[in-house]
Amino acid sequence: MKKGFSWLTALFTAVSAVYLYPLALVAVNSFKKKAYISRQPFSLPNAQTFAGFANYQKGVELTHFLSAVLTSLLITVCSVALILLCTSMCAWFISRVRSRMMHGLYLLFLFSMVVPFQMVMFTLSRLANLLGLNTPLGIVIIYLGFGAGLSVFLFTGFVNACPAAVEESALIDGCNPLRLFFAIVLPILRPTAVSVGILQTMWIWNDYLLPYLVLDLKRFRTIPIAVQYLRGGYGSVDMGAMMAMLVLAIIPIVVFYLLCQKYIVSGVMAGAIKG
Amino acid sequence: MERSLKRWWPLFVLPTALAFLVGFLIPFGMGLYLSFCDFTTLSDAVYVSVANYIKAFSDASGEFVHALWYTALFAVVSTAIINVLALGVALLLTRGFPGTNAFRTVFFLPNLIGGIVLGWLWQVLLNGVLARWNATLVTSEWYGFWGLLLVVCWQQLGYMMIIYISGLTTIPEEVMEAAAIDGASARQAFWHVRLPMLMPSVTICTFLTLTNGFKLFDQNLALTNGMPGNRSQLLALNIYTTFYGRTGWAGAGQAKAVVFCLIVVSIALLQLRLTRSQEASG
Repeated sequence: MKKGFSWLTALFTAVSAVYLYPLALVAVNSFKKKAYISRQPFSLPNAQTFAGFANYQKGVELTHFLSAVLTSLLITVCSVALILLCTSMCAWFISRVRSRMMHGLYLLFLFSMVVPFQMVMFTLSRLANLLGLNTPLGIVIIYLGFGAGLSVFLFTGFVNACPAAVEESALIDGCNPLRLFFAIVLPILRPTAVSVGILQTMWIWNDYLLPYLVLDLKRFRTIPIAVQYLRGGYGSVDMGAMMAMLVLAIIPIVVFYLLCQKYIVSGVMAGAIKG
Repeated sequence: MERSLKRWWPLFVLPTALAFLVGFLIPFGMGLYLSFCDFTTLSDAVYVSVANYIKAFSDASGEFVHALWYTALFAVVSTAIINVLALGVALLLTRGFPGTNAFRTVFFLPNLIGGIVLGWLWQVLLNGVLARWNATLVTSEWYGFWGLLLVVCWQQLGYMMIIYISGLTTIPEEVMEAAAIDGASARQAFWHVRLPMLMPSVTICTFLTLTNGFKLFDQNLALTNGMPGNRSQLLALNIYTTFYGRTGWAGAGQAKAVVFCLIVVSIALLQLRLTRSQEASG
Protein backbone atom coordinates (compact mmCIF):
# COMPACT_ATOMS: atom_id res chain seq x y z
CA MET A 1 0.00 0.00 0.00
CA LYS A 2 2.69 2.49 1.01
CA LYS A 3 4.52 1.85 -2.24
CA GLY A 4 1.41 2.70 -4.28
CA PHE A 5 1.09 5.97 -2.43
CA SER A 6 4.54 7.20 -3.29
CA TRP A 7 3.85 6.29 -6.90
CA LEU A 8 0.77 8.53 -6.76
CA THR A 9 2.83 11.35 -5.26
CA ALA A 10 5.21 11.15 -8.19
CA LEU A 11 2.35 11.12 -10.69
CA PHE A 12 0.65 14.10 -9.13
CA THR A 13 3.87 16.06 -8.89
CA ALA A 14 4.23 15.67 -12.64
CA VAL A 15 0.59 16.60 -13.26
CA SER A 16 0.90 19.65 -11.02
CA ALA A 17 3.95 20.79 -12.95
CA VAL A 18 1.96 20.55 -16.19
CA TYR A 19 -0.92 22.34 -14.49
CA LEU A 20 1.25 25.29 -13.49
CA TYR A 21 3.11 25.40 -16.79
CA PRO A 22 0.83 28.03 -18.45
CA LEU A 23 1.53 30.43 -15.58
CA ALA A 24 5.27 29.89 -15.84
CA LEU A 25 5.10 30.34 -19.60
CA VAL A 26 3.51 33.77 -19.28
CA ALA A 27 6.02 34.82 -16.63
CA VAL A 28 8.95 33.79 -18.86
CA ASN A 29 7.51 35.49 -21.93
CA SER A 30 6.92 38.73 -20.07
CA PHE A 31 10.71 39.21 -20.11
CA LYS A 32 11.07 38.72 -23.86
CA LYS A 33 10.97 41.35 -26.57
CA LYS A 34 7.50 41.40 -28.05
CA ALA A 35 8.51 40.26 -31.52
CA TYR A 36 9.79 36.97 -30.10
CA ILE A 37 6.75 36.10 -27.99
CA SER A 38 4.56 34.84 -30.80
CA ARG A 39 7.50 33.45 -32.79
CA GLN A 40 9.24 31.46 -30.04
CA PRO A 41 6.86 31.24 -27.08
CA PHE A 42 8.47 28.13 -25.62
CA SER A 43 12.11 29.17 -25.49
CA LEU A 44 13.78 30.90 -22.58
CA PRO A 45 14.93 34.47 -23.17
CA ASN A 46 18.52 34.78 -24.41
CA ALA A 47 20.81 37.72 -24.96
CA GLN A 48 19.01 38.61 -28.17
CA THR A 49 15.42 38.25 -26.97
CA PHE A 50 15.69 39.42 -23.35
CA ALA A 51 13.77 42.63 -22.72
CA GLY A 52 14.31 43.23 -19.01
CA PHE A 53 11.43 45.10 -17.46
CA ALA A 54 10.65 47.07 -20.63
CA ASN A 55 7.33 45.22 -21.15
CA TYR A 56 6.26 45.99 -17.61
CA GLN A 57 7.08 49.64 -17.96
CA LYS A 58 5.26 49.93 -21.27
CA GLY A 59 2.23 47.95 -20.09
CA VAL A 60 1.83 49.95 -16.92
CA GLU A 61 1.98 53.17 -18.91
CA LEU A 62 -0.39 52.02 -21.66
CA THR A 63 -3.08 50.73 -19.34
CA HIS A 64 -2.63 53.08 -16.37
CA PHE A 65 -2.32 49.87 -14.44
CA LEU A 66 -1.76 51.40 -11.03
CA SER A 67 -4.98 53.36 -11.14
CA ALA A 68 -6.76 50.22 -12.39
CA VAL A 69 -5.49 48.33 -9.32
CA LEU A 70 -6.80 51.07 -7.05
CA THR A 71 -10.16 51.16 -8.83
CA SER A 72 -10.51 47.36 -8.62
CA LEU A 73 -9.53 47.41 -4.96
CA LEU A 74 -11.96 50.22 -4.13
CA ILE A 75 -14.89 48.58 -5.94
CA THR A 76 -14.24 45.12 -4.53
CA VAL A 77 -13.69 46.15 -0.91
CA CYS A 78 -16.66 48.56 -0.78
CA SER A 79 -19.03 46.20 -2.61
CA VAL A 80 -18.19 43.18 -0.48
CA ALA A 81 -18.46 45.19 2.75
CA LEU A 82 -21.82 46.64 1.75
CA ILE A 83 -23.12 43.27 0.53
CA LEU A 84 -22.12 41.59 3.80
CA LEU A 85 -23.75 44.25 5.96
CA CYS A 86 -26.98 44.78 4.03
CA THR A 87 -27.73 41.21 2.94
CA SER A 88 -27.04 39.68 6.36
CA MET A 89 -29.52 42.11 7.92
CA CYS A 90 -32.02 41.50 5.16
CA ALA A 91 -31.63 37.72 5.31
CA TRP A 92 -32.03 37.57 9.08
CA PHE A 93 -35.18 39.68 8.84
CA ILE A 94 -36.62 37.54 6.03
CA SER A 95 -36.01 34.40 7.95
CA ARG A 96 -37.37 35.63 11.31
CA VAL A 97 -40.40 37.55 10.03
CA ARG A 98 -42.29 34.91 8.12
CA SER A 99 -44.72 37.12 6.21
CA ARG A 100 -45.97 36.57 2.70
CA MET A 101 -44.16 39.71 1.51
CA MET A 102 -40.82 38.49 2.82
CA HIS A 103 -41.29 35.07 1.25
CA GLY A 104 -42.11 36.69 -2.07
CA LEU A 105 -38.98 38.83 -1.85
CA TYR A 106 -36.94 35.73 -1.01
CA LEU A 107 -38.24 33.92 -4.09
CA LEU A 108 -37.30 36.93 -6.24
CA PHE A 109 -33.77 36.81 -4.79
CA LEU A 110 -33.53 33.11 -5.66
CA PHE A 111 -34.73 33.82 -9.18
CA SER A 112 -32.12 36.55 -9.68
CA MET A 113 -29.35 34.03 -8.93
CA VAL A 114 -30.12 32.09 -12.08
CA VAL A 115 -30.74 34.89 -14.57
CA PRO A 116 -27.75 35.43 -16.88
CA PHE A 117 -26.25 38.90 -16.97
CA GLN A 118 -27.01 39.37 -20.69
CA MET A 119 -30.71 39.50 -19.84
CA VAL A 120 -30.31 42.80 -17.98
CA MET A 121 -27.06 43.95 -19.59
CA PHE A 122 -28.46 46.71 -21.80
CA THR A 123 -31.20 48.06 -19.52
CA LEU A 124 -29.02 47.91 -16.42
CA SER A 125 -26.16 49.85 -17.99
CA ARG A 126 -28.52 52.52 -19.33
CA LEU A 127 -30.32 52.81 -16.01
CA ALA A 128 -27.02 53.06 -14.14
CA ASN A 129 -26.00 55.89 -16.44
CA LEU A 130 -29.29 57.71 -15.91
CA LEU A 131 -28.95 57.44 -12.14
CA GLY A 132 -25.32 58.56 -12.18
CA LEU A 133 -24.05 55.23 -10.86
CA ASN A 134 -21.18 55.13 -13.38
CA THR A 135 -18.46 55.71 -10.77
CA PRO A 136 -16.63 53.17 -8.58
CA LEU A 137 -18.84 54.10 -5.63
CA GLY A 138 -22.02 54.08 -7.69
CA ILE A 139 -21.31 50.64 -9.11
CA VAL A 140 -21.21 49.36 -5.53
CA ILE A 141 -25.01 49.81 -5.39
CA ILE A 142 -25.39 47.70 -8.52
CA TYR A 143 -23.18 44.97 -7.13
CA LEU A 144 -25.32 44.95 -4.00
CA GLY A 145 -28.44 44.58 -6.12
CA PHE A 146 -27.12 41.97 -8.53
CA GLY A 147 -25.17 40.04 -5.90
CA ALA A 148 -27.91 40.08 -3.25
CA GLY A 149 -29.48 36.83 -4.47
CA LEU A 150 -26.62 34.49 -3.60
CA SER A 151 -25.79 36.25 -0.32
CA VAL A 152 -29.37 36.35 0.96
CA PHE A 153 -29.76 32.71 -0.03
CA LEU A 154 -26.66 31.60 1.88
CA PHE A 155 -27.42 33.74 4.95
CA THR A 156 -31.09 32.69 5.23
CA GLY A 157 -30.08 29.05 4.86
CA PHE A 158 -27.84 29.48 7.90
CA VAL A 159 -30.29 31.53 9.99
CA ASN A 160 -33.12 29.08 9.33
CA ALA A 161 -31.01 26.34 10.86
CA CYS A 162 -30.37 28.37 14.03
CA PRO A 163 -32.86 28.34 16.92
CA ALA A 164 -34.48 31.73 17.59
CA ALA A 165 -34.90 31.24 21.36
CA VAL A 166 -32.11 33.58 22.47
CA GLU A 167 -33.19 36.30 20.06
CA GLU A 168 -36.79 35.98 21.18
CA SER A 169 -36.01 36.32 24.85
CA ALA A 170 -33.73 39.27 24.14
CA LEU A 171 -36.56 41.03 22.31
CA ILE A 172 -38.98 40.27 25.12
CA ASP A 173 -36.50 41.76 27.58
CA GLY A 174 -36.77 44.94 25.56
CA CYS A 175 -33.57 44.69 23.52
CA ASN A 176 -33.53 46.92 20.47
CA PRO A 177 -33.53 44.74 17.28
CA LEU A 178 -30.58 46.65 15.87
CA ARG A 179 -28.49 46.00 18.98
CA LEU A 180 -29.68 42.42 19.03
CA PHE A 181 -28.53 41.95 15.46
CA PHE A 182 -25.05 43.40 15.91
CA ALA A 183 -24.36 41.99 19.37
CA ILE A 184 -25.84 38.50 19.09
CA VAL A 185 -26.77 37.54 15.53
CA LEU A 186 -23.83 38.89 13.54
CA PRO A 187 -21.15 37.00 15.52
CA ILE A 188 -23.05 33.75 14.90
CA LEU A 189 -23.22 34.51 11.18
CA ARG A 190 -19.44 34.82 10.88
CA PRO A 191 -18.68 31.50 9.12
CA THR A 192 -21.34 32.20 6.48
CA ALA A 193 -20.11 35.78 6.16
CA VAL A 194 -16.62 34.48 5.34
CA SER A 195 -18.08 32.21 2.68
CA VAL A 196 -20.21 34.96 1.17
CA GLY A 197 -17.29 37.39 1.29
CA ILE A 198 -14.96 34.99 -0.52
CA LEU A 199 -17.45 34.08 -3.24
CA GLN A 200 -18.39 37.72 -3.88
CA THR A 201 -14.74 38.85 -3.87
CA MET A 202 -13.88 36.21 -6.48
CA TRP A 203 -16.77 37.40 -8.64
CA ILE A 204 -16.38 41.17 -8.32
CA TRP A 205 -12.56 41.31 -8.58
CA ASN A 206 -12.63 39.36 -11.84
CA ASP A 207 -15.84 40.76 -13.30
CA TYR A 208 -15.32 42.32 -16.72
CA LEU A 209 -18.58 43.06 -18.48
CA LEU A 210 -20.56 44.82 -15.76
CA PRO A 211 -17.94 47.47 -14.95
CA TYR A 212 -17.05 47.74 -18.65
CA LEU A 213 -20.63 48.68 -19.51
CA VAL A 214 -21.42 50.73 -16.42
CA LEU A 215 -18.27 52.68 -15.53
CA ASP A 216 -17.26 55.92 -17.20
CA LEU A 217 -14.27 54.34 -18.99
CA LYS A 218 -12.53 57.64 -19.64
CA ARG A 219 -12.02 57.99 -15.92
CA PHE A 220 -12.19 54.55 -14.36
CA ARG A 221 -10.91 51.14 -15.39
CA THR A 222 -10.69 47.90 -13.42
CA ILE A 223 -7.87 45.39 -13.94
CA PRO A 224 -9.77 43.11 -16.39
CA ILE A 225 -10.80 46.18 -18.39
CA ALA A 226 -7.20 47.43 -18.45
CA VAL A 227 -5.99 44.03 -19.71
CA GLN A 228 -8.63 43.76 -22.40
CA TYR A 229 -7.95 47.39 -23.38
CA LEU A 230 -4.52 46.34 -24.65
CA ARG A 231 -6.19 44.68 -27.61
CA GLY A 232 -6.70 48.15 -29.06
CA GLY A 233 -9.13 49.30 -31.68
CA TYR A 234 -7.64 47.56 -34.69
CA GLY A 235 -7.16 44.11 -33.22
CA SER A 236 -3.40 44.56 -32.85
CA VAL A 237 -1.97 43.57 -29.50
CA ASP A 238 1.33 44.50 -27.91
CA MET A 239 2.06 40.97 -26.72
CA GLY A 240 4.98 42.06 -24.57
CA ALA A 241 2.90 44.51 -22.59
CA MET A 242 0.10 41.94 -22.48
CA MET A 243 2.32 39.26 -20.91
CA ALA A 244 3.58 41.73 -18.32
CA MET A 245 0.05 42.85 -17.41
CA LEU A 246 -1.11 39.24 -17.09
CA VAL A 247 1.70 38.60 -14.63
CA LEU A 248 0.83 41.72 -12.66
CA ALA A 249 -2.85 40.74 -12.64
CA ILE A 250 -2.10 37.20 -11.42
CA ILE A 251 0.43 38.00 -8.66
CA PRO A 252 -2.03 39.62 -6.21
CA ILE A 253 -4.47 36.75 -6.73
CA VAL A 254 -1.83 34.13 -5.95
CA VAL A 255 -0.70 36.03 -2.86
CA PHE A 256 -4.29 36.42 -1.66
CA TYR A 257 -4.95 32.74 -2.30
CA LEU A 258 -1.91 31.51 -0.41
CA LEU A 259 -2.77 33.76 2.54
CA CYS A 260 -6.47 32.89 2.80
CA GLN A 261 -6.46 29.43 1.29
CA LYS A 262 -8.21 27.79 4.22
CA TYR A 263 -11.10 30.24 4.11
CA ILE A 264 -11.38 30.15 0.35
CA VAL A 265 -11.65 26.39 0.14
CA SER A 266 -14.10 26.12 3.05
CA GLY A 267 -16.06 29.06 1.65
CA VAL A 268 -16.44 27.32 -1.69
CA MET A 269 -17.48 24.09 0.02
CA ALA A 270 -20.13 25.81 2.16
CA GLY A 271 -21.42 27.73 -0.84
CA ALA A 272 -21.65 24.58 -2.93
CA ILE A 273 -23.40 22.44 -0.37
CA LYS A 274 -26.21 24.92 0.01
CA GLY A 275 -26.16 25.96 -3.63
CA MET B 1 -41.03 37.92 17.76
CA GLU B 2 -42.50 38.75 14.40
CA ARG B 3 -44.69 41.52 15.72
CA SER B 4 -41.93 43.38 17.54
CA LEU B 5 -39.66 43.09 14.51
CA LYS B 6 -42.06 43.98 11.74
CA ARG B 7 -41.87 47.77 11.98
CA TRP B 8 -38.08 47.63 11.66
CA TRP B 9 -38.18 46.59 8.01
CA PRO B 10 -37.03 49.97 6.61
CA LEU B 11 -33.74 49.49 8.38
CA PHE B 12 -33.18 45.80 7.74
CA VAL B 13 -34.70 45.16 4.33
CA LEU B 14 -35.05 48.46 2.51
CA PRO B 15 -31.37 49.10 1.55
CA THR B 16 -30.98 45.67 -0.06
CA ALA B 17 -34.45 45.80 -1.58
CA LEU B 18 -33.81 49.20 -3.19
CA ALA B 19 -30.47 48.11 -4.64
CA PHE B 20 -32.15 44.92 -5.85
CA LEU B 21 -34.83 47.02 -7.53
CA VAL B 22 -32.26 49.15 -9.35
CA GLY B 23 -29.71 46.40 -9.98
CA PHE B 24 -32.07 43.65 -10.99
CA LEU B 25 -35.88 43.96 -10.91
CA ILE B 26 -36.31 47.12 -13.00
CA PRO B 27 -33.67 46.15 -15.61
CA PHE B 28 -35.19 42.68 -15.81
CA GLY B 29 -38.75 43.96 -16.28
CA MET B 30 -37.65 46.54 -18.81
CA GLY B 31 -35.57 43.97 -20.64
CA LEU B 32 -38.53 41.64 -20.91
CA TYR B 33 -40.75 44.43 -22.22
CA LEU B 34 -38.12 45.79 -24.63
CA SER B 35 -37.75 42.38 -26.26
CA PHE B 36 -41.15 43.12 -27.80
CA CYS B 37 -40.14 46.62 -28.88
CA ASP B 38 -38.12 48.41 -31.51
CA PHE B 39 -35.66 50.72 -29.75
CA THR B 40 -32.22 52.29 -29.71
CA THR B 41 -32.41 53.93 -26.26
CA LEU B 42 -34.71 53.36 -23.31
CA SER B 43 -37.06 56.20 -24.23
CA ASP B 44 -37.84 55.57 -27.91
CA ALA B 45 -39.37 52.08 -27.60
CA VAL B 46 -42.21 51.16 -29.97
CA TYR B 47 -44.17 47.92 -29.47
CA VAL B 48 -43.61 45.47 -32.31
CA SER B 49 -44.89 42.19 -30.85
CA VAL B 50 -42.69 39.15 -31.63
CA ALA B 51 -40.89 40.76 -34.59
CA ASN B 52 -37.58 40.78 -32.67
CA TYR B 53 -37.77 37.05 -31.99
CA ILE B 54 -38.48 36.32 -35.64
CA LYS B 55 -35.60 38.60 -36.65
CA ALA B 56 -33.21 36.84 -34.26
CA PHE B 57 -34.04 33.36 -35.54
CA SER B 58 -34.36 34.17 -39.24
CA ASP B 59 -31.13 36.19 -39.49
CA ALA B 60 -29.58 35.43 -42.89
CA SER B 61 -26.15 34.78 -41.35
CA GLY B 62 -27.76 32.15 -39.11
CA GLU B 63 -25.41 33.19 -36.31
CA PHE B 64 -27.95 33.00 -33.49
CA VAL B 65 -29.06 29.47 -34.32
CA HIS B 66 -25.40 28.54 -34.76
CA ALA B 67 -24.52 30.10 -31.40
CA LEU B 68 -27.40 28.19 -29.78
CA TRP B 69 -26.24 24.71 -30.74
CA TYR B 70 -22.56 25.58 -30.55
CA THR B 71 -23.11 26.72 -26.94
CA ALA B 72 -25.29 23.72 -26.05
CA LEU B 73 -22.65 21.37 -27.43
CA PHE B 74 -19.92 23.22 -25.58
CA ALA B 75 -21.85 23.16 -22.31
CA VAL B 76 -22.58 19.44 -22.54
CA VAL B 77 -19.06 18.41 -23.58
CA SER B 78 -17.40 20.61 -20.95
CA THR B 79 -19.77 19.34 -18.24
CA ALA B 80 -18.96 15.72 -19.07
CA ILE B 81 -15.19 16.20 -19.25
CA ILE B 82 -14.84 18.44 -16.19
CA ASN B 83 -16.95 16.21 -13.97
CA VAL B 84 -15.25 12.96 -14.93
CA LEU B 85 -11.80 14.50 -14.42
CA ALA B 86 -12.73 16.28 -11.20
CA LEU B 87 -14.28 13.16 -9.70
CA GLY B 88 -11.28 11.10 -10.72
CA VAL B 89 -8.84 13.55 -9.18
CA ALA B 90 -10.99 13.82 -6.03
CA LEU B 91 -11.05 10.02 -5.62
CA LEU B 92 -7.26 9.86 -5.89
CA LEU B 93 -6.63 12.88 -3.68
CA THR B 94 -8.74 11.46 -0.82
CA ARG B 95 -6.44 8.46 -0.52
CA GLY B 96 -4.17 10.32 1.85
CA PHE B 97 -0.77 10.01 0.18
CA PRO B 98 2.00 12.56 0.88
CA GLY B 99 1.43 15.91 -0.80
CA THR B 100 -2.35 15.75 -1.30
CA ASN B 101 -2.90 19.17 0.27
CA ALA B 102 -0.31 20.78 -1.96
CA PHE B 103 -1.88 19.18 -5.03
CA ARG B 104 -5.35 20.40 -4.04
CA THR B 105 -3.90 23.89 -3.71
CA VAL B 106 -2.41 23.71 -7.20
CA PHE B 107 -5.58 22.42 -8.87
CA PHE B 108 -7.76 25.04 -7.24
CA LEU B 109 -5.57 28.03 -8.08
CA PRO B 110 -6.77 28.75 -11.67
CA ASN B 111 -10.29 29.33 -10.37
CA LEU B 112 -9.36 32.59 -8.80
CA ILE B 113 -7.97 34.02 -12.02
CA GLY B 114 -10.48 35.99 -14.04
CA GLY B 115 -11.76 34.92 -17.45
CA ILE B 116 -10.16 37.77 -19.39
CA VAL B 117 -6.71 37.05 -17.96
CA LEU B 118 -7.16 33.30 -18.52
CA GLY B 119 -8.24 33.80 -22.10
CA TRP B 120 -5.14 35.80 -23.02
CA LEU B 121 -2.86 33.49 -21.08
CA TRP B 122 -4.04 30.46 -23.03
CA GLN B 123 -4.10 32.29 -26.32
CA VAL B 124 -0.32 32.60 -26.23
CA LEU B 125 0.19 28.98 -25.25
CA LEU B 126 -2.29 27.46 -27.71
CA ASN B 127 -1.28 29.64 -30.64
CA GLY B 128 2.32 28.73 -29.90
CA VAL B 129 1.50 25.02 -30.12
CA LEU B 130 -0.75 25.37 -33.17
CA ALA B 131 1.96 27.34 -35.00
CA ARG B 132 3.76 24.05 -35.66
CA TRP B 133 0.91 23.07 -37.95
CA ASN B 134 0.62 26.57 -39.39
CA ALA B 135 -2.71 27.06 -37.67
CA THR B 136 -4.07 29.42 -35.00
CA LEU B 137 -7.05 29.35 -32.66
CA VAL B 138 -9.13 31.19 -35.23
CA THR B 139 -8.30 28.94 -38.18
CA SER B 140 -11.72 27.35 -37.77
CA GLU B 141 -14.48 27.40 -35.18
CA TRP B 142 -13.40 23.97 -33.90
CA TYR B 143 -9.92 25.14 -32.91
CA GLY B 144 -11.66 27.79 -30.81
CA PHE B 145 -14.06 25.19 -29.44
CA TRP B 146 -11.39 22.80 -28.17
CA GLY B 147 -9.19 25.67 -27.04
CA LEU B 148 -11.99 27.13 -24.97
CA LEU B 149 -12.75 23.68 -23.61
CA LEU B 150 -9.17 23.32 -22.43
CA VAL B 151 -9.34 26.73 -20.73
CA VAL B 152 -12.54 26.00 -18.80
CA CYS B 153 -11.36 22.50 -17.83
CA TRP B 154 -8.14 23.96 -16.48
CA GLN B 155 -10.11 26.61 -14.62
CA GLN B 156 -13.01 24.65 -13.17
CA LEU B 157 -11.45 21.26 -12.46
CA GLY B 158 -10.20 22.40 -9.04
CA TYR B 159 -13.51 23.93 -7.99
CA MET B 160 -15.49 20.79 -8.79
CA MET B 161 -12.73 18.66 -7.25
CA ILE B 162 -13.20 20.53 -3.94
CA ILE B 163 -16.96 19.88 -4.01
CA TYR B 164 -16.40 16.18 -4.78
CA ILE B 165 -13.81 15.89 -2.03
CA SER B 166 -16.19 17.40 0.52
CA GLY B 167 -18.87 14.99 -0.70
CA LEU B 168 -16.52 12.00 -0.43
CA THR B 169 -15.46 12.86 3.11
CA THR B 170 -19.09 12.79 4.29
CA ILE B 171 -19.43 9.10 3.31
CA PRO B 172 -18.86 7.16 6.54
CA GLU B 173 -15.90 4.75 6.61
CA GLU B 174 -18.18 2.00 7.93
CA VAL B 175 -20.24 1.95 4.76
CA MET B 176 -17.18 1.25 2.60
CA GLU B 177 -15.92 -1.32 5.09
CA ALA B 178 -19.29 -3.07 5.12
CA ALA B 179 -19.23 -3.23 1.34
CA ALA B 180 -15.73 -4.73 1.41
CA ILE B 181 -16.72 -7.33 4.04
CA ASP B 182 -19.76 -8.29 2.00
CA GLY B 183 -17.31 -9.12 -0.78
CA ALA B 184 -17.90 -6.19 -3.13
CA SER B 185 -15.07 -5.62 -5.58
CA ALA B 186 -13.54 -2.15 -5.77
CA ARG B 187 -15.51 -1.51 -8.93
CA GLN B 188 -18.80 -2.69 -7.43
CA ALA B 189 -18.20 -0.64 -4.29
CA PHE B 190 -17.68 2.44 -6.42
CA TRP B 191 -20.70 2.05 -8.72
CA HIS B 192 -23.17 0.70 -6.16
CA VAL B 193 -22.12 2.35 -2.90
CA ARG B 194 -19.91 5.38 -3.36
CA LEU B 195 -21.41 6.95 -6.46
CA PRO B 196 -25.05 6.75 -5.26
CA MET B 197 -24.03 8.34 -1.97
CA LEU B 198 -22.19 11.03 -3.90
CA MET B 199 -25.20 12.00 -6.00
CA PRO B 200 -25.85 15.33 -4.21
CA SER B 201 -22.33 16.48 -5.17
CA VAL B 202 -22.80 15.16 -8.70
CA THR B 203 -26.00 17.17 -9.15
CA ILE B 204 -24.41 20.37 -7.82
CA CYS B 205 -21.32 20.02 -10.00
CA THR B 206 -23.30 19.10 -13.10
CA PHE B 207 -25.54 22.10 -12.58
CA LEU B 208 -22.63 24.47 -11.98
CA THR B 209 -20.58 23.30 -14.97
CA LEU B 210 -23.61 23.24 -17.26
CA THR B 211 -24.73 26.79 -16.39
CA ASN B 212 -21.12 28.01 -16.43
CA GLY B 213 -20.81 26.57 -19.93
CA PHE B 214 -23.94 28.35 -21.09
CA LYS B 215 -23.03 31.66 -19.44
CA LEU B 216 -19.37 31.72 -20.52
CA PHE B 217 -18.33 35.12 -21.84
CA ASP B 218 -14.97 36.53 -20.72
CA GLN B 219 -12.88 33.56 -21.81
CA ASN B 220 -14.64 33.51 -25.17
CA LEU B 221 -14.02 37.23 -25.68
CA ALA B 222 -10.33 37.08 -24.79
CA LEU B 223 -9.45 33.77 -26.48
CA THR B 224 -11.02 34.06 -29.95
CA ASN B 225 -13.40 37.04 -29.77
CA GLY B 226 -15.80 34.90 -31.81
CA MET B 227 -13.50 34.61 -34.82
CA PRO B 228 -13.44 33.38 -37.53
CA GLY B 229 -16.46 35.44 -38.60
CA ASN B 230 -18.53 35.01 -35.41
CA ARG B 231 -18.38 31.21 -35.81
CA SER B 232 -16.78 30.60 -32.40
CA GLN B 233 -19.26 32.82 -30.58
CA LEU B 234 -21.03 31.38 -27.61
CA LEU B 235 -24.51 32.71 -26.82
CA ALA B 236 -23.43 35.37 -24.34
CA LEU B 237 -20.89 36.87 -26.74
CA ASN B 238 -23.36 36.66 -29.63
CA ILE B 239 -25.91 38.65 -27.62
CA TYR B 240 -23.25 41.18 -26.69
CA THR B 241 -22.14 41.77 -30.29
CA THR B 242 -25.76 41.95 -31.43
CA PHE B 243 -26.33 44.81 -28.99
CA TYR B 244 -23.12 46.71 -29.42
CA GLY B 245 -21.83 45.68 -32.84
CA ARG B 246 -24.89 45.89 -35.12
CA THR B 247 -26.92 49.06 -35.41
CA GLY B 248 -30.68 48.58 -35.41
CA TRP B 249 -30.37 45.17 -33.76
CA ALA B 250 -30.90 46.14 -30.11
CA GLY B 251 -34.42 44.70 -30.12
CA ALA B 252 -33.26 41.40 -31.59
CA GLY B 253 -30.41 41.36 -29.07
CA GLN B 254 -32.86 41.71 -26.21
CA ALA B 255 -35.06 38.96 -27.68
CA LYS B 256 -32.00 36.68 -27.84
CA ALA B 257 -31.27 37.53 -24.22
CA VAL B 258 -34.78 36.46 -23.20
CA VAL B 259 -34.38 33.15 -25.04
CA PHE B 260 -31.00 32.70 -23.35
CA CYS B 261 -32.54 33.48 -19.97
CA LEU B 262 -35.32 30.94 -20.55
CA ILE B 263 -32.78 28.22 -21.34
CA VAL B 264 -30.70 28.86 -18.22
CA VAL B 265 -33.76 29.15 -15.96
CA SER B 266 -35.18 25.86 -17.29
CA ILE B 267 -31.90 24.10 -16.56
CA ALA B 268 -32.03 25.49 -13.01
CA LEU B 269 -35.63 24.33 -12.51
CA LEU B 270 -34.74 20.88 -13.82
CA GLN B 271 -31.83 20.71 -11.39
CA LEU B 272 -34.06 21.80 -8.50
CA ARG B 273 -36.51 19.04 -9.37
CA LEU B 274 -33.80 16.42 -9.58
CA THR B 275 -32.43 17.47 -6.19
CA ARG B 276 -35.90 17.43 -4.62
CA SER B 277 -36.72 13.96 -5.96
CA GLN B 278 -33.37 12.69 -4.69
CA GLU B 279 -33.98 14.08 -1.24
CA ALA B 280 -37.42 12.49 -1.23
CA SER B 281 -36.09 9.05 -2.18
CA GLY B 282 -32.92 9.28 -0.11
